[in-house]
Amino acid sequence: MKLPAQLRPVLRNPQFVAGVILLLVVLFSALGADMIAPKSFEEMDIPSSLAPPSRQYPLGTDHYGRCIFSRVVYGSRIALRVGLIVVTIETVIGVSLGLLAGYYGGRVDRVISFVTDLTWALPPIVLALAIVTALGPSLNNVVIAIALVSWAGYSRLIRSKAQSLKNMPYVEAARALGESDFSIMFRYILPNTYGLIIVLATLSVPAAILSTTALSFLGLGSQPPAPDWGVILNEGIAYMHSAPWISIFPGLALVCTALGFNLLGEGLRDLLDPRMKV
Amino acid sequence: MLNYALRRMAFGLLVVFAVTIVLFSVMQLMPGDPIRLVADPSRIPAWRIEELRRSLGLDKPAYIQYFYWLNRLLHGDFGHSIVSGQSVSSLIAARLPYTLLLALGSLVLHYVIAVPLGLFAALRANSRIDRTIVLVVTVLRTLPGFWLGILMMILFAIKLKIFPISGYQGPLSAVLPVLTLTLPALGGTVRLTRSEVLETIREPFVLTAYAKGLPGRTVRVRHILRNALIPVTVMFFLSLPWIVGGSVIIENVFAWPGMGRLLWKAITNQDLPIVQGIIVIIAVLTVISNTIGDIISGVLDPRIRIELEEVGG
Repeated sequence: MKLPAQLRPVLRNPQFVAGVILLLVVLFSALGADMIAPKSFEEMDIPSSLAPPSRQYPLGTDHYGRCIFSRVVYGSRIALRVGLIVVTIETVIGVSLGLLAGYYGGRVDRVISFVTDLTWALPPIVLALAIVTALGPSLNNVVIAIALVSWAGYSRLIRSKAQSLKNMPYVEAARALGESDFSIMFRYILPNTYGLIIVLATLSVPAAILSTTALSFLGLGSQPPAPDWGVILNEGIAYMHSAPWISIFPGLALVCTALGFNLLGEGLRDLLDPRMKV
Repeated sequence: MLNYALRRMAFGLLVVFAVTIVLFSVMQLMPGDPIRLVADPSRIPAWRIEELRRSLGLDKPAYIQYFYWLNRLLHGDFGHSIVSGQSVSSLIAARLPYTLLLALGSLVLHYVIAVPLGLFAALRANSRIDRTIVLVVTVLRTLPGFWLGILMMILFAIKLKIFPISGYQGPLSAVLPVLTLTLPALGGTVRLTRSEVLETIREPFVLTAYAKGLPGRTVRVRHILRNALIPVTVMFFLSLPWIVGGSVIIENVFAWPGMGRLLWKAITNQDLPIVQGIIVIIAVLTVISNTIGDIISGVLDPRIRIELEEVGG
């Protein structure tokens, strides 16, 4: 099989390939969790609680005798879903606001830029905590909170991109033909920012997953017995002395997922536009 | 310059003001009647409840209540904890030094570890050691702080027994939380120092310094590093909020008696006055450190000042 010429330099980039492999493993375990995991994520086996890794329990068991390997495998579903949803919401908010600010300029730009600056004036995790306080602890509320505080990066980049694109001759031509503002923004300017958006979205997934897991770790997101990696880590703290494997493996899975998205994002950036500033 | 500094400060005030409005709105949107926080309507006669409502100003429209609340904030009165009844400002005052200790420790580590590493990498740019340093800090960046903290506890407190495992039992207790807070963030400082040094090396005054016959070490420290440190300092101030945000989670891993732990406890207890007080304090700290960062960089580099003024700060 002959590869398309554009793909060859990317496949020669070891970091990109490593990222793709990591993500394939995570994706595979999320989709095939029912086949890969030897047990269900909530099946208890009290007699073998806190057992070290063995043939029966590859990554050991927790205080209820639940199989850590199965819980970590099922946890990948939560992590990927959460990452995807958060990034989708923040992309929609950030890109729309960035387009409006960059295209219209003037007062619209000033108002949107002020709101953007405002979300950057507080540490995102603190702002998310405030929102979770108001909404109450649950994974859905954490997802909403994280998405609401982390779109500023998109809106800033898309704004400056839209500012430079709106004066391009083809946009002026569209305007001269009587296209509406809406159509110019979404049919003429937006498609030219797709590369930027894809790279930005890929690079935002790790932060989205890390923050939601952190809040689940604090007990404000997913609730037990959900196999959320943050929940497993939280439960592991009490058994750090006797059963450190509970605390080690979910974190390892989290790091592999985050690293995979980072490497993929950086590879995509090099492929699409090496000079891109993300 | 003064004009620029004043504008940055005015913007900072505006931001704090906006944060208080958002917080107050969140409070208004919370379900339940706030009078329940002070009295149980099933046990107290209705006329007494109405009297209480009037004396607390709860019968006034929301915007009037907001100004009452803001006025109390400005006088340092953050209200009282719903759970313990203690004054929020004294609770925060007792915890704040511990959080600032973590931030200070992190600052020291950035200068002691990240700046020399960045300088070292830049002076050997594109060598194997340079690439290794950059790769290591990139991997560190993906480490979730709370997991890193757990690993540190398992390794240094349980296995090696070098440091206390959690809580505050003297200055040694700060070592693990500070390391946990700093290691993932080192990458930014290393990269910035590296790129600044690489840029400074090409400046004519560095060539002049070498041409004067100054020893290489003197040129590296007094001419190259000193100039490269400016943006690193500015970035530290700008990233302070992220450090404080990270400490909210790290403090809970290590049961560190700082503001982050207080905030978490207040959230799980739905103790709103504490949550609001801490968030206002963090917003103020954030705005102060951002403003300091902006002003330092404006003083040192007029180009930044002009750019920021154009953005409309």
